[in-house]
Amino acid sequence: MSKISKAFENKKVFVGFLTAGDPSLDKTEEFIIEMAEAGAGIIEIGIPFSDPIAESTIIQEANVRALSAPRGCTTDMVFDMVERVSKKVDVPLVFVTYLNPVFKYGYDNFCKKCQETGISGIVIPDMPYEEAKEITDIASSYDVDIISTVASTSMDRVKMIAKEAKGYVMILSSAKAFREDELPEDITDVLDNIHSVTDVPVVMGSGIKNPDQVLKYGPLAEGIIVKSAIVKLIAKYGEEAGPYIRKYIKNMAIL
Amino acid sequence: MEKGRYGIHGGQYIPETLMDEIKKLEEAYEFYKNDKEFNDELNTLLKEYAGRPSLLYYAEKMTKDLGGAKIYFKREDLNHTGSHKINNVLGQALLAKKMGKTRIIAETGAGQHGVATATAAALLGLECEIFMGKEDTIRQALNVYRMELLGAKVNAVESGTQTLKDAVNECMGEWTKRVDDTLYVLGSVMGPHPFPMIVRDFQSVISKEARQQILEKEGKLPDVVMACVGGGSNSMGMFYEFIKDESVKLIGCEAAGLGVDTDKTAATVNTGSIGIFHGMKSYFCQDEYGQIAPVYSISAGLDYPGVGPEHAYLHDIGRASYVPVTDDEAVNAFEYIAKTEGIIAAIESSHAVAHLMKIAPTMSKDQIIICCLSGRGDKDVAAIARYRGVDLHE
Repeated sequence: MSKISKAFENKKVFVGFLTAGDPSLDKTEEFIIEMAEAGAGIIEIGIPFSDPIAESTIIQEANVRALSAPRGCTTDMVFDMVERVSKKVDVPLVFVTYLNPVFKYGYDNFCKKCQETGISGIVIPDMPYEEAKEITDIASSYDVDIISTVASTSMDRVKMIAKEAKGYVMILSSAKAFREDELPEDITDVLDNIHSVTDVPVVMGSGIKNPDQVLKYGPLAEGIIVKSAIVKLIAKYGEEAGPYIRKYIKNMAIL
Repeated sequence: MEKGRYGIHGGQYIPETLMDEIKKLEEAYEFYKNDKEFNDELNTLLKEYAGRPSLLYYAEKMTKDLGGAKIYFKREDLNHTGSHKINNVLGQALLAKKMGKTRIIAETGAGQHGVATATAAALLGLECEIFMGKEDTIRQALNVYRMELLGAKVNAVESGTQTLKDAVNECMGEWTKRVDDTLYVLGSVMGPHPFPMIVRDFQSVISKEARQQILEKEGKLPDVVMACVGGGSNSMGMFYEFIKDESVKLIGCEAAGLGVDTDKTAATVNTGSIGIFHGMKSYFCQDEYGQIAPVYSISAGLDYPGVGPEHAYLHDIGRASYVPVTDDEAVNAFEYIAKTEGIIAAIESSHAVAHLMKIAPTMSKDQIIICCLSGRGDKDVAAIARYRGVDLHE
């Protein structure tokens, strides 16, 4: 059983997110430990990219901070940090990265390095189902899951994607929900459609930011993810964000 | 070749949130491109509103002065709104209407595509929002006001390098948030499939006309067909119908900025490497880790770190060649064509003119060059004055 599957065994999972190198890689390492200790069951680590087109402004700004940090933040530096921190925490670590840094690193090299340093999965926001075949087999050969994302725009697509999902399936907000910063109205339809074709756990994406929402939506799926709210804390408290992240996650990881 | 692919290039590398909409666009385009009513409407707009066909002009004085090949200019600068951009925009805006959209959005660099989009929106009764890098809104302030006059809302993009690349980022993000009533009218032969194909098809009217015009005037095909390349829409339009004519040499002129051996350049094919960005696999200016590089050119319309996937393919198979042209060479050409032919050409198009000035004298008098003048240069006059250290007060 993979490390990710194990994380979902008999429990709901709170997935935390942060951008590597924001405000520095040493701090990222510290924050990951805080998150794991506070109850995050999986931690997604964003590899900063020059043009993170699919992110909210809050996360875009984190990418800028990471890349413009005094010592910079290259893919190799992120791998070095992961290698250190994966020895200190037991939860699965998952990368969130745009496709170009992976392509440029070489799919094989990148996935091999993921396995060596302790990365269990990769989320690639600009790689839809149709293009995923470029990397899925390579990733599998190194026991790395390419995490699928679904949007509530077409149930046919939801089923098509969920059928082949590995690790977990992440539900993105619909266009309308994204605009109103809320979860899609048809969230239960999406969940039903996914659950009808796969046993792979489902994580509800963007939109959730307070404990009330966790209690309302959390029971519907196998996990929830919080991204912007955590990155906001790092933006606000910088190097001192550790205790704030810990406190926030303790309040949120309540299922 | 696989659908949406040009050799290894192209594809649909976009977030899942856009996939359903991009499939709908693909289906709608596949239907309407063969729909008689759609084509009749579009052709009427191109003829009665945009002023097509555009002239194929024999530049006699430049031909004599340069003393080599016979020079023809395809005068896209004479189209309504002053550039080739209107060809594509009328097509896409009409498509948006047929798809039941009420709002169109677009990125713009120099402002030519933004102005064309705002124009089409005004004519067809669509709401319009334009995204333009803040840096470009300063370089091309006149075009910003033109768009506003046409009823569009112009958003100055302050992220990243504040130029064309960032305008595309912002526009894609905006489309993700509002696909239900909005179509993204992409301005170049780039982005995810089907955009490179749609824009190329709508722009290929340039070479369709030029090929026929040159056969009428000269009774033979040209030896060289050339155009400037940013994302590559006027060049793809200028090349397309000539690709099958193997005797015709195709030359794309990239913006080298301060030079290809400096980091102040936007010459993607000459200095970039293969990558995946803005929905497509193609050549990009990037660092060893795949971070997209900040690019530079005096021309806001060529100041883009990528190139359309079909150009990348034409380069790979050696069917077209891509040459770098510096700021300095382009500005000289801008002044030369103004003084010699009485044409103020866009600084983008002047990159092609600059390379033409290099190759025409090396060719024989019975050879023919067609160069695309993609746009007119009124918008650039103030910037050229600044470049020459002239202080203008408008």
